[in-house]
Amino acid sequence: MFLRLSLASAVSLALTTNAIAVDSFNPEISLILDGRYSAFDNESEYELPGFMLGGEAGRGEEGLHLGHNELAISANVDDLFYGKLTTAIADHEGETEVELEEAFIETQALGNGLSIRAGRFFSAIGYLNQQHGHAWDFVDAPLIYRGLFGEQLIDDGVQIGWVAPTDIYLQVGGELLRGERFPAGGASNDGKGASTLFAKIGGDIGVSHAWQLGLSHWRADVENRTSGGHAHEGEAEEVPTFSGDSRVSGIDFVWKWAPRGNASERNFKLQGEYFIRDEDGDVIMDDGSAAPEATSYDGEQKGWYLQAVYQFMPRWRVGLRYDWLEADNKGSDEEVLAEAGLDDEGHTPERVTLMADYSHSEYSRLRLQYAKDDSYEESDDILTLQFVMSLGPHGAHKF
Amino acid sequence: MRLNYRIILLVLAMGLTKSSLAALNVFACEPEWASLAETLGGDRVKVVSATTAYQDPHRIEARPSLIAKVRRADLLVCSGAELEIGWLPMLQRQAGNPKVLRGQPGYFEAADQIERLGIPDSLDRSMGDIHASGNPHVHLDPRRLSTIATALSDRLANLDPTNADYYRKRHDEFSQTWEEALQRWKTRALPLVGARLVVHHQDWEYFFDWLGIIRVGSLEPKPGLPVSSGHIVKLKKRLQQEPPLAIIYTAYQSPRAAKRLSQITGIPAVELPYTVGGAEGVVDLFTLFDETLKRLLEVIP
Repeated sequence: MFLRLSLASAVSLALTTNAIAVDSFNPEISLILDGRYSAFDNESEYELPGFMLGGEAGRGEEGLHLGHNELAISANVDDLFYGKLTTAIADHEGETEVELEEAFIETQALGNGLSIRAGRFFSAIGYLNQQHGHAWDFVDAPLIYRGLFGEQLIDDGVQIGWVAPTDIYLQVGGELLRGERFPAGGASNDGKGASTLFAKIGGDIGVSHAWQLGLSHWRADVENRTSGGHAHEGEAEEVPTFSGDSRVSGIDFVWKWAPRGNASERNFKLQGEYFIRDEDGDVIMDDGSAAPEATSYDGEQKGWYLQAVYQFMPRWRVGLRYDWLEADNKGSDEEVLAEAGLDDEGHTPERVTLMADYSHSEYSRLRLQYAKDDSYEESDDILTLQFVMSLGPHGAHKF
Repeated sequence: MRLNYRIILLVLAMGLTKSSLAALNVFACEPEWASLAETLGGDRVKVVSATTAYQDPHRIEARPSLIAKVRRADLLVCSGAELEIGWLPMLQRQAGNPKVLRGQPGYFEAADQIERLGIPDSLDRSMGDIHASGNPHVHLDPRRLSTIATALSDRLANLDPTNADYYRKRHDEFSQTWEEALQRWKTRALPLVGARLVVHHQDWEYFFDWLGIIRVGSLEPKPGLPVSSGHIVKLKKRLQQEPPLAIIYTAYQSPRAAKRLSQITGIPAVELPYTVGGAEGVVDLFTLFDETLKRLLEVIP
C-alpha cells in the first residue's frame, strides 16, 4: 500500500514537474532582432508634399544599419489581468534610444465578449496599425501610415472592445487617448485630447477563404503639433506647428486564401486600406518670436495602398504593394503653407514595392525589397536587405 | 383521459428539456476531439471543430470566424502541450470569454490527462520547433485516448451536472466498445510490432509507443522545419543499409517529399488519415484506427 502510494506520488510529482516546464516561460520574454542594408539612388532630403511629417516618418537610413529591435515581456498578471511591455531599441543619429512602444494591461475575465485595455498600446484603427513592425510583410509602413501617423499610431489611454455573440465575427470598440504624441501633438484637453471608434467584421467563405473588413475613425483636438523644422541661412529655425481640429476616417480589408485552409505549403493574402484626413485650424512657422508667420489651414489628405503576398512554396514568399496619396490643402497664406510642407507641389506621391522573403523556420526571415519611390518629384530607387529574427516564446499573431 | 394528459405533459417536458439542454457549446481544436466530444456528449452538446484533417494544427490563423466561435463556447477541447500555441492563445485573448481560459473548467487539454512522451531535457530552438511539455499528438495511442475519454466525460458532467448521468452512460458504452476494439486492433497489429518506419513529422510517437514500432527517420530535418532535398539525400544513404517498412505521411502534409524518397529508395510511401476525416470512410475514432492499421498492414510483404 505504501509502495503504491509513493509510486502514485512519484507520478504526480513527475506530472507537476512537466507542468512547471510549461510555465517556465512565465513571464514570456521575446526578442526581435532586425538588421538592414539600404541603398538609395537619390541623395536629396525625403519629403512627402502636402503632408506634415512627424514621428519616425522617413525612408530610413542608408547603408548598413539596425532596424527595429524589440524586447517584449508579457504574462497573465492574475486570473483577471494580462500585461505586456514592449520596448523598441533603435539608433537615431548615432545615439541608442529606448522607446516604450507598448505598456498595457488588459482584462481577461469580464465576460460577455467585453475587454478593456489600459496603458500605452497600438491604436485599433486600421488593419496594419496593430501589427508590430516585425510582422509586416514589407520592410516599411505604407505611405499613408507614414503621411498621417508617422509610421504607426501609438498612444496612451483606455480601449474598450466588445465581441458580439454572433456566428459572424463582429467587434466594436472605442478608445480615449491622451493625444500627446504625433499626430495629435500636445496633451490637449487635460491629457485626453484624442479618441477613436472602430468596428471589425469577418468570417470564412468555405474552408479556403477568410476575410475581415474594418471601419475606423480617429479625432483629436490638436495643440501645437510640430513637424520637422528647417533653418534658412542666417535665420532662426522655423518649425511648422499646427493647432486645430483633426479627423481621420479609414476603411480596411484583408482576404486570405490557403488551399483547404492549410497555409503551410501555399497561401495568399490581399490587403488594402484607405484613409482620409480632414483638418481645420491654423499653422504657424514657430521661430521663437512673438509674431511668427501664420496662416489659416483647411486640409484634406487621403491615400490608400493595396498589397498582395503569395507564399508559393514552403519558406518562400513574394509580395507586391502599391501606394498612392493625394493632398488638397487650403489656407489664407499659400506661401506659409508651402513653407510648412503642406503644398502638394502639384504632385501625387506614389510608390511601387516588390518583396521576396525566405524563412528558414517560422522564427527567422531574410527579405529583399525594391521600391520605386515617387514620394516627391525626384524619383528614388530603394533597395533593402533585411533580417528579422525572433527569439524566445513568440506569441501568436493576430489575423 | 388523465393518463393522456400526463403523456402529453411528459412529451412536452421532454421536448423542452431537450431543446434547452442541447446547450453545451464545444469548440474542439482538432477533429479527433470533436469526434470524441460528439461521441461522449451525444445530443446534449453542439460541437464545432476549429480545424480539418487537411490543416496543419501547428499552423492555423487566428481567424475572425474562430474568434466568434470561441466567444460562444462553453468548453474548449484541445490537444494542448503547446500544439495550438501559435493561434489558440490569441483566440482566447480576443474572444472575451473567461469561461474557456486556461485553468477554468471550460478549458480541457487532452495532453494534460496522460503521461506524455518526448519531453525535451533542454529547450533550444536549434533543435527545431520542440514543445517544452512533450509531444502533443496524443490521440494516436488508443490506450491514452481511453484515459482522455474518461477525463472528458467527467468534465462534461462537471460542466452540465443535470445531464451527468447521460454523459456517464454514454461513456460506459463508449468505453466498452473501445476496449473490445482495442483487443481486436492489438491482435490485428501483431505483424507491425517492431516494424521500422520513416515519418514526415513526429506526430506518430504515441501510436508507435502503443505498438512498439520504431521511428528510423523523419522527412523534416528538424521538427517543424520544411523538408529539404539535401536532407532527403542524406536520409536515403542512411536507410540503404536496412530499409524500413514504409514512409508515412498524413493528409495535411504534402506528399511530395515522401513520394520523392519512395522513388529513389523503392520503399513504399503510405498516406495515413492521422485524424477523423483524413481519409474516405474515416468518420470516427474507431474507423480512424481501423483504416490506419489496414493501410500499414497492406505494405507488409
